[in-house]
Amino acid sequence: MAPPARFPRPVSKGRRVYMVTGGVTKFAKAHPAMDFRLMVKRAYDYAAKDTPALSPERIDGTRISYFSDHFSRQLKAASMVQDFLGMNPKGSVRIEWGGATGGECFQAAYEAIASGRMDVCLAAGYETMSRVQTWKGNEFIALASDTNFDFPLGGFYTGYYALMVQRHIYQYLRLRKFADVSDEREAQRLAIAEGSRIMGLVSVKNHLNALHNPYAQYPKRLTVDDVLKSEMISYPLTREQICTMSDGAAVAVLCSEERAKEFTDRPVLVTGVGTGTDTMRLADRPFGKVPLLPQERASDYEHLPYPGVHSFRAGRAAGLEAYRMAGITDPVRQLDFVELHDAYASSEIQTYEDLGLCKYGEGYSFTESGDPFLKGIDYGFPTPNAGRIPVNPSGGLIACGHPVGATGLMQAVFAFWQLQGTIPKHFGDKTLQLAAPKRGAIHSHAGTGSAVTVSILERGFR
Amino acid sequence: MRARPPTYTKFRDVQAELEKSGAAIFRDADGVESLIIHFPYSVNYIHSYAEDSTFFLGLAEGRLKGSKCRKVKCGYVYATPRSHCMICGTATEWIDLPLEGRLHSWTTCHFGSEAFLKETPYNLGLVEFKGVGSVLLARLKECVESDLYIGMPVEARFDPNPKYSITDVWFVPVR
Repeated sequence: MAPPARFPRPVSKGRRVYMVTGGVTKFAKAHPAMDFRLMVKRAYDYAAKDTPALSPERIDGTRISYFSDHFSRQLKAASMVQDFLGMNPKGSVRIEWGGATGGECFQAAYEAIASGRMDVCLAAGYETMSRVQTWKGNEFIALASDTNFDFPLGGFYTGYYALMVQRHIYQYLRLRKFADVSDEREAQRLAIAEGSRIMGLVSVKNHLNALHNPYAQYPKRLTVDDVLKSEMISYPLTREQICTMSDGAAVAVLCSEERAKEFTDRPVLVTGVGTGTDTMRLADRPFGKVPLLPQERASDYEHLPYPGVHSFRAGRAAGLEAYRMAGITDPVRQLDFVELHDAYASSEIQTYEDLGLCKYGEGYSFTESGDPFLKGIDYGFPTPNAGRIPVNPSGGLIACGHPVGATGLMQAVFAFWQLQGTIPKHFGDKTLQLAAPKRGAIHSHAGTGSAVTVSILERGFR
Repeated sequence: MRARPPTYTKFRDVQAELEKSGAAIFRDADGVESLIIHFPYSVNYIHSYAEDSTFFLGLAEGRLKGSKCRKVKCGYVYATPRSHCMICGTATEWIDLPLEGRLHSWTTCHFGSEAFLKETPYNLGLVEFKGVGSVLLARLKECVESDLYIGMPVEARFDPNPKYSITDVWFVPVR
């Protein structure tokens, strides 16, 4: 949908920052023929090939991200990436922020340019998760939960997300849609079945979108029934509602306004950055008030304990900051698409609400009405509002994979290509290219919602 | 440029002594060979519960220790203890939590990380207590998936042979 012709610009926060190129490796279960350095190099070479003016001499410094030293069995690994890319002795720093590592890396590069410290900054991220068995990998990920109180209970992030979506379903389906059912246990059973079915729609969407994305790890056509009948991992979350572990790398090159034209005539402007945080432990989340977006009223949420464990206050805080900076007062009208961190089908629905794509409590009906689906794709069920605000047109984490340190940068690259209009060139398939999108949001999320970044990207050319 | 889907097949085992350590050569679709070895790694951490110690010592005595902000105007009460208040930063004092509560949320895990796979399926619950501002994550026992619902009354049980872990306490349905 076309944004309003003008919207208020906030006070400038430093220099204007452009993204001028990006690259992604194919995300895969394992890339045994490439170590992390070579993966990043491949992603960098792709970005450089797309922008022939780019060369290491023209880059002022780097920001390099990976999540876990455990996975690479190599500490100080970012130095080896810097070294391998031939970037020494330029400045660099390693970025780590759990699942939001890639999103933070993007914003660290943004800050290097906005502050005037650099004119051209390479943001590069990777993860090599195939180096350990899947369930050991889950253990490493769960070590990013409190090791005194949380980890020893099962060390399992899917369990934490199941606890959160159970409460989300209770809050918004049991207490609303099934408010009339007097038998408490029956009402909860009905609500969970309904919530699971709607999460199934999200899983079908993301896997199906990915059929047109050659970088995706698990593209496939599924039915809601396939999703619900796939292996139960942590009730009610099934295997097809959960992203997997991957090997992969992604890079983004950001630069100042003066330098952008050296690299491309189709630059993308970063108009907003936001970050938010919350308690490490799910159990500590308060029951307070919703920080309101401009389109919301306090009366919308009179009896809603917030965030509790059903919503991500960090995501709301990140969205608020990024929207304010970008002058966004009506996200659905002013954004043309969103690439968000759907580590779970449940967290995609929870994030619709955090980012104000719909109000808190409307995530399920928003999904059912088809708003986050792409127009022109047959998902196998009605999607009447398809195209209103496509979410994860690339396939998201559920279908593309989640090599943690690369994921947030992968979103930046897919969003960059969308805004450039170059999806057909990079994907070899024009299905996922939106019609002349002007503005998109990317959203990177850590832990049980302990940290979130949101960045707003806009077409920077006529 | 389209990315090619990677396909890797185990090509041949290397010599016997390497093989004993799990080494093998893999070859991908382009004929690129990669030597893959195994690298065991283990560590026994000397972990201090530090300011959380009282909670874990309490479990061994059959007590659930929460904490309460000492600032009168704040007074936030934590089921999962914090030594300092997350709202105002004031030091907290230890309190005894009730041993009965209700399920704030729950799940049954059919998988877990490697260390816990042998315990699957297991139930997790967030337990809320009357008059307490936060909740406590714990295992739920003596019940199965179909028994559980939000709001269910549960009560604490303690391991008579404490391991000084959060698993020293679990909750069961109130009979």
